[in-house]
Amino acid sequence: MIDFFLGYYGYWFAILLMCLGLYGAIMKKNLIKKLIGIAIFQTSIIIFFVASSSKWGATVPIFDEKIGVANTAKYINPLPHTLMLTAIVVGVATMGVAFALVISIFQKYKTLDESVLLKRMKKDNDI
Amino acid sequence: MISSNSAALTPLILLFMAISIPLVALKKKQIAFFMVMIATSISVIISFYNIFRVLKVGTIHYHFGGWIPPIGIEYVLDPLSSFICLVINVIALLVLIHSKKIVEMESKIKSVPYYALVLLMLCGFNGIILTGDLFNLYVFLEICSLSMYGLISVGEKQAPVSAFRYLIIGAVGSSFYLLGVGFLYMTTGSLNMIDVRSIVPHLYNEPTIIVAISLMVIGFGIKMAVFPFHGWLPDAYTYAPTTSSALIAPTGTKIGAYAMIRILFFVFGVNYISKTLHITDVLAWLSAIGIVYGSIMAISQKEMKRMLAYSSVSQIGYIGLGIGLCNPMGLIGAVLHVMNHAIMKACLFLVAGNYRVKLGHSNIFKLSDNIRKKMPWTTAAFTVGALSMVGIPPTVGFFSKWYLVLGTIKNSSWVFLAVLLISSLLNAIYFFRVLEKVYLKPIRSTNLEELNIPENNKRDEVSSSALIPVLILAIAIIVLGLLNTIIVKGIIDKMIPAGM
Amino acid sequence: MNIQSVYTSFIPLYAVLVSLIAVPLIILSSKKRNLREFWTIAASLIKFGLVVSLVPNALLNKAAELSIVEISPGIELALKADPFGVFFALVASGLWIFTSFYSIGYVRGLKDRKQTRYFSYFAICLSSTIGVAFAANLLTFVVFYEILTIATYPLVIHKEDEKSIKAGRKYLVYTLTAGSLLIAATAVTYQITNNLDFKAGGIFENIVLSPNMAWVLFLLFLGGVGVKASIMPLHSWLPTAMAAPTPVSALLHAVAVVKSGVFGIVRVVLFVFGPKLMHELGLNKILIVFAGFTIIVASLMALKQDNLKRRLAYSTISHLSYIVLGAGLLSSAAILGAIMHIAFHAVMKITLFFCAGAIYVNLHKENISELNGIGKVMPWTMGAFAVGSIGLTGIPPVNGFVSKWYIGLGALQTNNLIALIILIISGLLNAAYFFPILHRAFFRTGEGLEGKKEASPFMVVPLVITAILAVLLGIYPDFLFHFYHLAAMVVTNVLGVIS
Repeated sequence: MIDFFLGYYGYWFAILLMCLGLYGAIMKKNLIKKLIGIAIFQTSIIIFFVASSSKWGATVPIFDEKIGVANTAKYINPLPHTLMLTAIVVGVATMGVAFALVISIFQKYKTLDESVLLKRMKKDNDI
Repeated sequence: MISSNSAALTPLILLFMAISIPLVALKKKQIAFFMVMIATSISVIISFYNIFRVLKVGTIHYHFGGWIPPIGIEYVLDPLSSFICLVINVIALLVLIHSKKIVEMESKIKSVPYYALVLLMLCGFNGIILTGDLFNLYVFLEICSLSMYGLISVGEKQAPVSAFRYLIIGAVGSSFYLLGVGFLYMTTGSLNMIDVRSIVPHLYNEPTIIVAISLMVIGFGIKMAVFPFHGWLPDAYTYAPTTSSALIAPTGTKIGAYAMIRILFFVFGVNYISKTLHITDVLAWLSAIGIVYGSIMAISQKEMKRMLAYSSVSQIGYIGLGIGLCNPMGLIGAVLHVMNHAIMKACLFLVAGNYRVKLGHSNIFKLSDNIRKKMPWTTAAFTVGALSMVGIPPTVGFFSKWYLVLGTIKNSSWVFLAVLLISSLLNAIYFFRVLEKVYLKPIRSTNLEELNIPENNKRDEVSSSALIPVLILAIAIIVLGLLNTIIVKGIIDKMIPAGM
Repeated sequence: MNIQSVYTSFIPLYAVLVSLIAVPLIILSSKKRNLREFWTIAASLIKFGLVVSLVPNALLNKAAELSIVEISPGIELALKADPFGVFFALVASGLWIFTSFYSIGYVRGLKDRKQTRYFSYFAICLSSTIGVAFAANLLTFVVFYEILTIATYPLVIHKEDEKSIKAGRKYLVYTLTAGSLLIAATAVTYQITNNLDFKAGGIFENIVLSPNMAWVLFLLFLGGVGVKASIMPLHSWLPTAMAAPTPVSALLHAVAVVKSGVFGIVRVVLFVFGPKLMHELGLNKILIVFAGFTIIVASLMALKQDNLKRRLAYSTISHLSYIVLGAGLLSSAAILGAIMHIAFHAVMKITLFFCAGAIYVNLHKENISELNGIGKVMPWTMGAFAVGSIGLTGIPPVNGFVSKWYIGLGALQTNNLIALIILIISGLLNAAYFFPILHRAFFRTGEGLEGKKEASPFMVVPLVITAILAVLLGIYPDFLFHFYHLAAMVVTNVLGVIS
């Protein structure tokens, strides 16, 4: 039982972060906090991928003379790492766009709190 | 060079043009539109070339950089991807021809970055359609999503907030898809779609596969605006600028539908998803609810763009239902409806745009029957589009409904049949309401005095760059309806996956 | 079964297209009234001529067919001028000529707005009616049927007052729902038989059909075509649609829409299900029950109406069910009578509606209670009305007697005494609601009629001609258009019996 938890602790951590991230994105009223939630959510997925690539008793996927090339089982899987580099960049771009939108919203409505925002939006829409 | 590289050319050319627009058009802003025209025209030509090649030769695989899959990334041109690629590029071209007037008029839109974002979004669409690699799909999915958020946010009133909401929901959706890819990679060890297809049959009943499918379906369901996940759509379509709505509404959700078809039928296999997992049943039921929900909500709308947005939710339900039926007629109906809905919605949103250009608003209740005399061609196109949405033969909308009806009967799903028929009637209600407003005098003014007041009925039609795309789309609605068998037998029949 | 030979010909297509081509011409000449009306008259004459040219071959059981384009894998948009189709097309196109002349007098007499829209949509309606008549398979039938629905809507709301717009909405709700049911029925048929071509003796002739499926399918079809055929309880759009101008009502009630519905029912009974299957499964009993109910109840409701057009509307509902009853009886004489009633009732009813319209334009009177003494002022009009009334009641020598006689004969052939009694009672009821009108017109004196004379010749001449035609057809049913022989050919094809 303990093995089950300790053996997969990377995944448990990722799940915890996912839940935190989703909670933040949905339940928080401040727009910036929502974005933090999304960022945490995306990060958790990255951690999930990286955790999935690790192996017990294996080393980083950089050529090591002591191990040699043929012994691929001794290196952890580099492919998810490369995928995650891309995913990190995507996350950065998403945050960039999101912050640009937040700035635009703030310039228009002068608030970042969702309940106040809803009220001001309603007033503005009815004009 | 063209023939050997044609599979990959569309996204690359669009990407290249997207990046060069801000550089080249720094001094002269008018060049931006010109470059957009060149880029989209070239994509259309290449899409035509691709589809004819695929029909002649069969499926074409293009390996990026010469790396052989599953090590490298490949692009696959099969009948499904080349067909949808063609539809999206042609609609984009027509909408962008129309956009010249709109972008000039709306002061909020800075044309240079706007057009760059448009091309980026189209690059993302083409990439999603053509790619044969699961992670590559995620990359292009994010490219087009981010561009969409940007394109929506330059609208009026609460556009930035709608875009922000869409961003939150969309980011969650894409992340779910990425998670699904992760699970799939962990179990199969490959990211290439065809490779996964050959590995998955050995792994049926592994819990990881089931989780992977569920996450991917939810992810694309969000992008496709299937019923419970549709919340972002009405606001996004309503407050976006006209060109953005006209670009995104016909195409954006179809990408989700295409990805759904690809993942469900071509990566996981028909028998598995329908008989073992019953995911398609769930999809069909949710789509059916969406069809009715969208129609009912559309009836209660006052503003035309919002009405069209809810109508889109309903129409995407048709496509989802077609996918969920999991038989050849259903798939034919779904794919044909992808094309039909793209044409119809583009026509209708462009008409709403024309009304905005001339009248300053597109509120249904403020329309009066002067429009019929002032803008006769636009209103005629709207009538054709409305009749097609209701499903009156010989327009194109009737035929996709006909195939979907045949599909539901083949499965003996009488509830879905009833849903399809009832929704046509609901569509008739809200479209005929607009037609009544536009063609008839308001009821109270049948007094003789009011009839004698001379009205401002001079012809005041929009300029030809705004009118011609609308007319082309309206004519296509009728012509493609009568000739739909050419498309069905020529292309769509070839894309039915093995096992249906 | 009589062997029907087919040959390819473009004439059915030309007959459908001739009025469609006239539409842009009508729109373009909207400023020059006489030129615009010329296009309508020319189109109607050419159309009638084309249909008449198909008659000789139809009499020899040779059907002209043409497949236009494939619209669904395995199903084509195809036209076929078989005897039944030619029969209906003759009625539709022939009566359109009269309606066109009459319309000119009517809309000009009322100085209506939007006359161009009126004439152009009329042309589209007739195009789709001929398409319905010549449809070779169920899908083509559905296509033209739906186009007919949409094309008649602008005509119903022509006056654009509140009553008309509400009538239009009700009309659309009823007919579009019916269209959906028809599409569903067609799809189920395609699923079962993989073939939608109309076949004398039924598509289902050689196919085993479970009774439950057959009943459901038949009810779907009935719902689909029954709305336009105004079978009760699907009839209530028809009296409301009287808010349309009278030539439109004449068209709706004599020629295009309702006769398309009844044509559809006969097609479904004889060419989709086939008499054998209908009889085996007892499906025709539903028809007889609904038809009988409609005949009596509609006549009773006609008695209560004071508005002349509404009374004529209920009379139409009643007479349409004569045709349905005839089709339901499934005997050779009954079917013969039913088919002939399609034509004969059309001629008589159009006369009556033309009279009602002439009265409205000339004297601005709509209600029967106001019609005292108008027989002296408008003798030709009321004379024609008298002829039509006598015919509908079923009294020789007007043609109504002939078709009713055959239906009665058919009832006796199947030993269905109830149907016979219903026919007799209905005749009495017809007299009860028509003759008082004649009594008022001729034998009472009215007020405020000084200085009034007969209505415009554009209106009076057509209605007198149709009245005379009714009498001539009564004396010699095969007069000029071979209605009798065409109908007999249909019966022979379907039942395999020489009649």
